[in-house]
Amino acid sequence: METIKIEILGTGCKKCQQLETNAKEAVANLKLTAEVSHITDPIEIAKRGVMSTPALTINGKVVSKGHVMSPEQIQPLLQH
Amino acid sequence: MFDPFYPFDWLATQIVTQLLGLSITSHLGSSLHFFLYDVPKVLTLLIVISFLVGTFQSFLEPERVRFLLQGKRTFVGNILAALVGIVTPFCSCSAVPLFIGFLEAGVPLGVTFSYLMAAPMVNEVAVILLWGLFGLKVTLIYIGFGVGLAIVSGYIIGQLKIEKWVEPFVWELQKARQVTPLEDADTLEPVALTWRQRFEQGQFQSSEILRSVWLYVVIGIAIGAGIHGYVPTDFITQYAGADNPLAVPLAVVLGVPLYANIAGVMPITEALVNKGMPMGTVLAFTMAVTALSLPEIVILKKVLRPQLLAMFVGLMTVGIISIGYIFNALLT
Repeated sequence: METIKIEILGTGCKKCQQLETNAKEAVANLKLTAEVSHITDPIEIAKRGVMSTPALTINGKVVSKGHVMSPEQIQPLLQH
Repeated sequence: MFDPFYPFDWLATQIVTQLLGLSITSHLGSSLHFFLYDVPKVLTLLIVISFLVGTFQSFLEPERVRFLLQGKRTFVGNILAALVGIVTPFCSCSAVPLFIGFLEAGVPLGVTFSYLMAAPMVNEVAVILLWGLFGLKVTLIYIGFGVGLAIVSGYIIGQLKIEKWVEPFVWELQKARQVTPLEDADTLEPVALTWRQRFEQGQFQSSEILRSVWLYVVIGIAIGAGIHGYVPTDFITQYAGADNPLAVPLAVVLGVPLYANIAGVMPITEALVNKGMPMGTVLAFTMAVTALSLPEIVILKKVLRPQLLAMFVGLMTVGIISIGYIFNALLT
């Protein structure tokens, strides 16, 4: 199974950490393998076209920004 | 005038006079009344307003703001940006992504600055504390002058044509974006939120703010209560009164490093105002705490050349000190 690349974009605030936890939980629930990284450099965040954090990218594609997604909201996005 | 905080006042008075049998004019009695009145009042305001703000902010994503400000060149753009800054969420952690995102999409530099100045100055915690501690009139004055300052400073930056003082990589990003737009980020359908989700966001915001500031509020009010009951009025007017010309600049300098502690510092200033510290000094101090935050300056260094950063800080400092002086002159 290919590894999914997940990025959490956020400058280290509480919401960002919550999103990381939720993303990891979503991955675990689906028994997938994923590489989760946390991008904290504001310039890197801007390069991805994101202005409001926390944001989430899956395989390089921005799927959510500005709010904390729950594991249930993330799961369907991981499945295709 | 109708006082929405009357029940809090009544309750605090009852506790001090009936339950504890103290005179409201005694040292201990007036200190206790100050504490028992302010703590429930400020915490209630914090919970209610941050919940409302958190709920309604979910309607104003930065993308929408950026779209609104795109290509606005003149004074109108600065006014619009500063007004939008009042209602949008802002945290110094998102200053750089916002800055780059705005410029990339063609929002002029001066207009971007008007937004960046107004947004942190008129934030919910500052507004709640001003309203709760100094009343609605002072709060509206604060918002009015803050927005005015953001409009004028942003306009000046726009007129100076100093785009060269923005780090060059920002403009390279802008060029690259014009050739190949970031499709996924721009076409990403904003998730249609239900009212329930919006309320949840409001609740999240409210509990987050309460958790991070309640202790500062209580400690600040306790110190304020001590000053209120025990420090003689002459002492304050002598050192921080209207006739001390250094009080305003000093308040601004003191305000800069106090970024995170506005919740604890404002109740202390309330007590100082009761003892004769003039309102202009307080307004200048509050603006310095919110608008000239050290973490924001450090983070903006990533995208601004030192010259522009110095101009940003300089314009704000001069503006804030002037507002303080104007106010003290008008009110005395």
